Amino acid sequence: MEDVRLIQGNEAIAAGAIYAGADFYAGYPITPSSEIMTEAAKIMPKVGGMFMQMEDEIASVAAVVGASLAGAKAFTATSGPGFSLMQENLGVAVMGEVPCVVITVQRNGPSTGLATKPGQADIMQIRWGRHGDQSVIALTPGSVAECFLMTVQAFNFAEKFRLPVILAADEVVAHARESFALPKPGMIPLVERKKPTVSPEKYSPFAADADGIAPLAAFGSEYVSHISSSMHGPDGYSNNDPENAIWRINQLHRKIEMHRDEIVLTKSYDIDDMDILVIGYGATTGACRAAVKEARKRGLKAGVLQLITIWPFPDKEIEELAKLVKTVVVVEMNYAGQVAGEVRKVIGSEIELKRVNKYNGQIITPQDIIETLK
Amino acid sequence: MLEAGGEEYLRAGALPHMWCPGCGIGIVLGALLRTFAELEYAKNEIVVVTGIGCTGKADDYLSTNALHVTHGRALAFATGVKAYKPGLKVVVIMGDGDSVTIGGNHFIHAARRNIDLTAIVINNFNFGMTGGQASATTPGGKFSSTTLYGNPERDFDVSALACVAGANYVARSTPYHGWALKQHIKEALCKKGFSLVEVFSPCPTNYGKYNEMGDPLKMLNWLKEKGVSREKYEQLEEPEKEDYFAIGTFCDRNSPDFNSRYEEIRARATGKG
Repeated sequence: MEDVRLIQGNEAIAAGAIYAGADFYAGYPITPSSEIMTEAAKIMPKVGGMFMQMEDEIASVAAVVGASLAGAKAFTATSGPGFSLMQENLGVAVMGEVPCVVITVQRNGPSTGLATKPGQADIMQIRWGRHGDQSVIALTPGSVAECFLMTVQAFNFAEKFRLPVILAADEVVAHARESFALPKPGMIPLVERKKPTVSPEKYSPFAADADGIAPLAAFGSEYVSHISSSMHGPDGYSNNDPENAIWRINQLHRKIEMHRDEIVLTKSYDIDDMDILVIGYGATTGACRAAVKEARKRGLKAGVLQLITIWPFPDKEIEELAKLVKTVVVVEMNYAGQVAGEVRKVIGSEIELKRVNKYNGQIITPQDIIETLK
Repeated sequence: MLEAGGEEYLRAGALPHMWCPGCGIGIVLGALLRTFAELEYAKNEIVVVTGIGCTGKADDYLSTNALHVTHGRALAFATGVKAYKPGLKVVVIMGDGDSVTIGGNHFIHAARRNIDLTAIVINNFNFGMTGGQASATTPGGKFSSTTLYGNPERDFDVSALACVAGANYVARSTPYHGWALKQHIKEALCKKGFSLVEVFSPCPTNYGKYNEMGDPLKMLNWLKEKGVSREKYEQLEEPEKEDYFAIGTFCDRNSPDFNSRYEEIRARATGKG
């Protein structure tokens, strides 16, 4: 029998993490992500996993990174203010190439803002929040089902590419309740990090294979491993050589660039005959689809591109579809048009770009979008 | 008998180290590695976690597992390592900046949580790496590159802080008292729960320079003369206490550590408790 449940987005994220094999959670409570933490607190001790409530979000990411290096599939969940605090130690995960998943349930406003209301204004922080040259993968779920599925995907990417993956949900999908058939164990393939096969004397924790990914040994295995946030050579020890710095920074970027097509996930709807392309992500996806359906009734040929992977940016996918249309509309819950700016870079100045932005803490409605399509 | 040892835990070719003449960090690191040898720890079961600063450079000299992280957060990373894999021997080496200035919150919470690891705090009363600025352990009135006219703030008593926050073992020593230092490190490593060895350590290059102890020998003599047993310290008159400091063991107890308590939680959650 199918295990169909009426389930909340945050609960689906926690369930997705468990499905993916997560066995370590460290976090600090914050609205609107707290249900992920309370679910983890409930489930982890039952499945042999570890749940830790840390003193702050700085320590949460630190503990997640530490546990991952000891062999855990580790994750944490937060929202804007906590995500800001996590940035420095997320940089350690980038530099140390440590697999982990960070869920940020975006809420409205700068600073404390409207803590219980949705926002999508952290897209640039997700990409550029950490100092220095670095890159991450970020996914945005547009429904309760995608909260589950993209959490599993986030763990798979983290394990495969040895980096932090950020699941950028928003308050709307996180608190929405939908019925969802939980996939049976084994239905979704799970990825485990590549382990070293060389003898312990020859192991270098940052020596990448031809696929750009270096095998990762766990602390406590037969291997000895040196992981460092300082600029380091393939052996993990400090290295101040300029050539080494180039190698290191290139490696952090290239492992993502090499596998870009596998990482970038999008969905499209009603695009075959369209002359207006509506781009949405996260909670705005549903409104975009409803708006396009209504627009078609009124004789406007519009289609939808949903961005699931937000970083690395789906530039090729947007470029291909933008060639087919006269107007592109980007729909997002922020003032500045954080994704719209990236879309403009891709489509150039020839194609008309319209924006639908809302940042009052209320969800964007199909009506808001239809007004712009006219 | 005092003997050299622990070379197997040193990374081949890493010496000479980068610390200044007269600095205490190398002596403390040597004591730690000799203790590893005495306890016959395997390199792959040790995880040494470091932060940033002079002390934070220690991992580069080690052939054990090591994790070098951000300023002040070493204990939080180490907590994740130990919580997930309790069989590992986790040692966190920090300076006074890492441990109780930027990282004070993690310090008190690691002690409260009683996570089974050993923190070694090499307290040299200032930020050495960045040029001798005051830290949270620079005593009131003392001089540094940011307290040129005297420190208006008071210092933390790091050992007392760990005791009241819930550590199972807390001791203080100095590089001058090499034998006692190694014994304290050994007791700390063997103690289940959060253990702290605080080391009052010379920094002639910076702290010494600003406080009329720029000569390495002068700083070492200061540690020798002013470091007295707890009993002797308690007998001193109040104004005298300002000039002296207590060394020895401040607390030694066996409260259950975090992982032991968590095992009980797991048993309860699965109906086996």
